[in-house]
Amino acid sequence: MSFPIFSITEQRTSVPVRIDDDLCIADKGCTVCVDVCPLDVLAIDLSKGKAYMAFDECWYCMPCEKDCPTGAVHVDIPYLLR
Amino acid sequence: MNTIEREVDVLVIGGGTAGPMAAVKAKQADPSLKVLLLEKAHVKRSGAISMGMDGLNNAVVPGFATPEQYVREITAANDGIVNQKTILAYAENSYAMIEELDRWGVKFEKDETGDYAMRKVHHMGTYVLPMPEGHDIKKVLYRQLKKTRVEITNRLVATRLIVGDDGRIAGTFAFDCRTGDFHVVRAKSVVLACGAAGRLGLPASGYLFGTYENPTNAGDGYSMAYHAGAELSGIECFQINPLIKDYNGPACAYVTGPFGGYTTNSRGERFIECDYWSGQMMEEFHNELSGGNGPVFLKLDHLAEETISQIETILHTNERPSRGRFHAGRGTDYRERMVEMHISEIGLCSGHSASGVWVDEHAATTVPGLFSAGDMACVPHNYMLGAFVYGRFAGESAARHAQEHGHARVAASQIDAERQRVWAPLLRESGLPPAQVEYKLRRMVNDYLQPPKVTRKMLLGLERFEAIRDDLELLHARNPHELMRTMEVHAIRDCAEMAARASLYRTESRWGLYHARVDYPERNDADWRVHVQLHKNAAGEMACFKRALEPYVIAMDHDEQAAYQQLRIHKEAVPA
Repeated sequence: MSFPIFSITEQRTSVPVRIDDDLCIADKGCTVCVDVCPLDVLAIDLSKGKAYMAFDECWYCMPCEKDCPTGAVHVDIPYLLR
Repeated sequence: MNTIEREVDVLVIGGGTAGPMAAVKAKQADPSLKVLLLEKAHVKRSGAISMGMDGLNNAVVPGFATPEQYVREITAANDGIVNQKTILAYAENSYAMIEELDRWGVKFEKDETGDYAMRKVHHMGTYVLPMPEGHDIKKVLYRQLKKTRVEITNRLVATRLIVGDDGRIAGTFAFDCRTGDFHVVRAKSVVLACGAAGRLGLPASGYLFGTYENPTNAGDGYSMAYHAGAELSGIECFQINPLIKDYNGPACAYVTGPFGGYTTNSRGERFIECDYWSGQMMEEFHNELSGGNGPVFLKLDHLAEETISQIETILHTNERPSRGRFHAGRGTDYRERMVEMHISEIGLCSGHSASGVWVDEHAATTVPGLFSAGDMACVPHNYMLGAFVYGRFAGESAARHAQEHGHARVAASQIDAERQRVWAPLLRESGLPPAQVEYKLRRMVNDYLQPPKVTRKMLLGLERFEAIRDDLELLHARNPHELMRTMEVHAIRDCAEMAARASLYRTESRWGLYHARVDYPERNDADWRVHVQLHKNAAGEMACFKRALEPYVIAMDHDEQAAYQQLRIHKEAVPA
């Protein structure tokens, strides 16, 4: 069996903010979750037209989830604290 | 990347709590002034109260407390080291601010007759006003900003204040954390309201952003004030909080106390007389943990079902609403299990303790034209309502200053030097990642500065912080977002050095755990009943000096002075 080798810059982390792509309407121009994040950790993936967590710097404070107009955002407690 | 210059009359840096109030009050004082509110995140959801607040911790409401009583309480809680004039100015204006916020639409708890439903949490007086529906406070502030036509810029990270050739404040440098553009904002007066230094110690979880304070409040304001030549005060009086273990949010004894909740040791026994956060209370908390009686818990499991559901509604919808999710993940139901607590990492925050930029009763710092308010301004135990009241003072003072002064002259070389410093991490082709440098720096803060404070350890800490100063020149940012984290590392390092130097300077113990020095275990009023000030001296070095206490405006009797020195519950001996 052969396993893939990854670059050191591709280190994985489990991220606390999850986006339901079926509900996310970033492709219609919505940027609410990106706008309200105090840490600026969310971004829009332009190829998919969906929001995603771009930086693992979450305060689990929840404006992104509360202010999302379609209920597409869910904030988990970061794994290290859970 | 571009350089963008603009000119305003009053510049407010920080759009959290004090900042929006300052901007609104400056504009109300003189609507002809051009007032700009500059925010690192987005004003709608920024700062310590991004998700609202569950209560006022220091409301001075007629019929329940007087300003004089409040000044006595905080003088005692802060072991005598206060400029009483600043506390009195807060206390005398506290009620008018509550009424104004009420008119704006902030919801406070009222009894059946419409009076504010005050609760007692402090050791002596009654100052807590619950806000079970306080989740909308940022929306209320935002409406006022729009109504008064304050200009707002979001996602601009201020890096250094601009100081004019004559020593007056002249504006700020900033960069856009999305585009990397460099901004030069010229102003006649500036209000600094950047919040606590909340990313100083490393949380025990190891998660850099698992802090008590909103982690975007990284101490930028402390660092900027320092480099502009302002005096800071009480830095050695650290912020250390009793928090929910790992979650690192407040357990909220202030909220639960009036309902019958309390702090216990592992045997379910009370050990402190008063849950109000003070250094003396934290010392007893520390003693309990280190003395074999820990862990310490918040006990609610004895309360009635309807009380517990009410507590859940308040705590799981305000301030830190993800708390309910954390408890659910661990299977903690308040009905059945006590909430495990621990002692937080250190921070600097005058909202909770006393570390901040020195201000007078008009929110003026020692730099002409520079005002400060909120968690970063030294008015001990000022909390959210203090941020609003001092935000008002700062806004009104800044408006007056802008009416009376023109723009200060600024040498072009100052602009070039700062642009070079800010852009350098982006222009480097490789280097140290900011998250790694931050992790090491904050781990060193824990290793060497977490109380009890040991002289030798703090000296070693200083050596490490000096070494990391050299690493700042090697930081590499791959995009403007990483540049934000990079420049925050600069501020965190400055705060770490301030925390070490101010702590080494005060050779006594005071404020319980906040400044417990193993090598100087006694409180020494003869030599140290003074403020410890910290500034950048003429040689450009970080230096401390003593500032005499102003004579008290409210006399303290002996019992009041000592009220916070005995917080441990002593059990009466049971006859055999």
